[in-house]
Amino acid sequence: MSALQVRRSLLVGLVAFGLLMVPWVFGAFTVSTFTRALVFAVLAMAVNLLTGVAGMPTLGQAAYFGVGAYAGALVSIHWSELGVVQLVVATLAGVVAAVLTGPLAIRGRGVAFLMITLAIGEIGHSAAGRLDAVTGGTDGLSGIRPVVVLPGSEGLVNEGLIYYYVLVVAVLAYLGVGVLLRSPFGLTLRGLRDNEARLRAVGYRTDAYALGAYVYAGGLAALAGSLWASSQRFVAPGDMGFEIAALALLAVIVGGVGSMWGACLGAALVVFTRDYFGQIVSGHAPLLLGILFVLAVYLLPKGIAGGRAQWRSLFPAARAARTTGETT
Amino acid sequence: MTGWFNAHFVSMVDGVAYGLLLFTLAVGLSLVFGMMDVLNLAHGTLYLAGAYAAYALSDGSWLGLVIALAVGLVVGLVGGGLLAAAVAPLQGRGHLDQAALTLGISLIAAEVMVMLFGAEVLPTAPPAALGGSVSLLGHTYPVYRLAFIGIAAVLAALVYLAFERSSVGALVRATVADRDMVRAMGVDTRKVLFGVFGFGAALAAVGGVLGAPIIAPGPGIDERVLVLSLVVVVIGGLGSVRGALLGALLIGQVQTLGVALVPSYAPFLLFGAMLLVLALRPQGLFAPGRA
Amino acid sequence: MSAQVPDAGAAVAGGVPAVAVEGLSRHFGSLKAVHEVTFAVRAGSRHAVIGPNGAGKSTLFALIAGALPATAGRVRLHGDDVTSLAEHARARRGLVRTFQHSSLFLSATARENVLLAVQRRHGVQGSPWRAVGRRRALLEEADEVLGQLHLLDRAGAAAGALSHGERRQLEVAVALATSPSVLLLDEPAAGMSPADTHAFQQIVLGLPQEVTVLLVEHDLDLVFGVADTVTVLHLGEHLITGEPAQVRASEAVQQAYLGAEDTSDLFLEEGP
Repeated sequence: MSALQVRRSLLVGLVAFGLLMVPWVFGAFTVSTFTRALVFAVLAMAVNLLTGVAGMPTLGQAAYFGVGAYAGALVSIHWSELGVVQLVVATLAGVVAAVLTGPLAIRGRGVAFLMITLAIGEIGHSAAGRLDAVTGGTDGLSGIRPVVVLPGSEGLVNEGLIYYYVLVVAVLAYLGVGVLLRSPFGLTLRGLRDNEARLRAVGYRTDAYALGAYVYAGGLAALAGSLWASSQRFVAPGDMGFEIAALALLAVIVGGVGSMWGACLGAALVVFTRDYFGQIVSGHAPLLLGILFVLAVYLLPKGIAGGRAQWRSLFPAARAARTTGETT
Repeated sequence: MTGWFNAHFVSMVDGVAYGLLLFTLAVGLSLVFGMMDVLNLAHGTLYLAGAYAAYALSDGSWLGLVIALAVGLVVGLVGGGLLAAAVAPLQGRGHLDQAALTLGISLIAAEVMVMLFGAEVLPTAPPAALGGSVSLLGHTYPVYRLAFIGIAAVLAALVYLAFERSSVGALVRATVADRDMVRAMGVDTRKVLFGVFGFGAALAAVGGVLGAPIIAPGPGIDERVLVLSLVVVVIGGLGSVRGALLGALLIGQVQTLGVALVPSYAPFLLFGAMLLVLALRPQGLFAPGRA
Repeated sequence: MSAQVPDAGAAVAGGVPAVAVEGLSRHFGSLKAVHEVTFAVRAGSRHAVIGPNGAGKSTLFALIAGALPATAGRVRLHGDDVTSLAEHARARRGLVRTFQHSSLFLSATARENVLLAVQRRHGVQGSPWRAVGRRRALLEEADEVLGQLHLLDRAGAAAGALSHGERRQLEVAVALATSPSVLLLDEPAAGMSPADTHAFQQIVLGLPQEVTVLLVEHDLDLVFGVADTVTVLHLGEHLITGEPAQVRASEAVQQAYLGAEDTSDLFLEEGP
């Protein structure tokens, strides 16, 4: 094993250990914030798959997030408390929704794609508020039962246990996206971002792969939605609104466009800024978020995951000390 | 037919007022994007600033309105200059970074305005002389809206003429069509950026002052007018003054007449119209360069 | 229809031509960018299309590649009519183009650039997982193509970090990795130094014999250095197709170039 591999395994081990310790160290509110951050991380990965990997910036993933949340909630209320069933049904619902709307969305690229996805998101938001019979309208959908992991076991009501449930699914989603990115399809999507015309000239029907990415991202966002329903046990139209979509996109930008761990970190930063530090300074969360975005754009142009060089340039003193240390 | 016309006459006139208001917002957004490739998500903030200025300064007198207009103009010019300075270092870094930056700025500005003016929507009265109603083809109609239509129409015509007929307008159109060419001709595109940003921002802020009695200032209004003007810009085609005007008038009707005709589909109309246009013509109705 | 259009295939000895252009036209309003052009490209040949500025070379190239729809006429690939096929569908049938200005996947490595072509040819470009055995086979194939173009030692470098000459080589490598039967080269010498052009000439000469090369080019050094057949376009129309010596000797060609005041180096024999 090379030194780099050792360092990487150590880092992964450290992060895993830290994530596992969360419920033992922090209080209920902090743990539930971590849970929300994990859900948001899965949504941010879906946004990043389109925005960062395939080069199609989206403001519409909240719609599929919402579809998954409502689907998971409805399964829980009317059919099954089993987490696996909810996750599978919700993901399928997201896939179906993306298959139906995707062909329209991929007609545009760049800002046109961004605006079409924005429209899809807003229409989804409005629809959720009006289909009272299914979604409970603007009152939202309550009565979601505690999620059951194994048949016959108790439902999860403890914050720590819910956290672990979400953590396991989020890690699986992260690994799943990792496999996708290293696959031929992942390379195809990067090619789509870099140079669509060339991809076509090599014989790719590029629209098909753009749609493929859209559907995959729709399913992933819906999976996150189902986790949201299970952890919050309440779903409302606001969960699929513009704010969620914009925050997910900004989490990706802050984290570093194209990097999955960057997106997850960005999501955590956004959720903690909004829910945790926002509480401390008595409800001025938008102010903190605004400052976060401005700072991120200026100081870390490539995002948190954008390489060490830009971090180092932030601390010239440390760099100077280090280089003199090396030369002596 | 006349019966139908009669029944929806007020909605249609409302739609014109609404559309012209949207135009004052959308034209700046459209030109900044079309010319400088900058996606300014803080554009709605400028409207809100102008509208708050109208609320705070207009006391029902003409003088109050004039002061509010002057303040709005200054706020717009300064705000536009600051925004241009803020995005200038990001040239060539893509739309996402500009979007993040300007959205961040708009979040900060929104919080500051909540601190200054509170979290309530503040209904703003027009000057007392324009406060009443008149009879218009047998319908009572607020005088202020008619006056607004008149002023905004003159404003729109001036913008349109300046853009289509003047030499500055020609430079602006050339920049939309081929930025590199204009740069190669020795034009300082940074100056153009500041100029267009300031102009668009001032127009949005003045629109806010005049529009406050129609769309009253309050938290969330910045986002709402931003989304509306984005839709207008996308429908009209980026970088086109004519597109922004026609797109704004179309969306004005969709938002008033459309809602009156099919109230149960009201929430879907705006984005439904946009999706329809984009599905048929992804570049918008009036592609840049043709305006 | 077929009576009016000369049968280009019959004019060529040695069986079905790799590419046959029959009465091909592309009009932009009243401008006849390409007008009723007919010629055939023999399989395995090194065929160049030249012409003074504004002759319609670029438009003809786009029509053959499928990047532009034709106003009239047909394009045949190994005898099959491909006129109605989109660019990607023609590419799948073995008609693959390069780009005038290097058009690569800049954030991907040189190897990944080639891999994108290789995986498409194996039909696994949509596969959402990476099978280890298959991955190895794809990589070996990509490296073979990179080796052919002397890029193996740069395989791990990002395409964006390559030199201009290396990018041109990679450009050809990406096209070659689709294992085309016909390779379309769009003004490959554009923006190249004489040294680069010479190196590129060696690359073209080193391409496998079974690959037909159709080259649209401005640089006549390169054209007469590699081509065994030359077609001359003038003002959108076909002037002549023949062997290089025949074309050089043609009075019509001389006039076309003289008329365009671009006699540059057409009539100069190559220096030592």
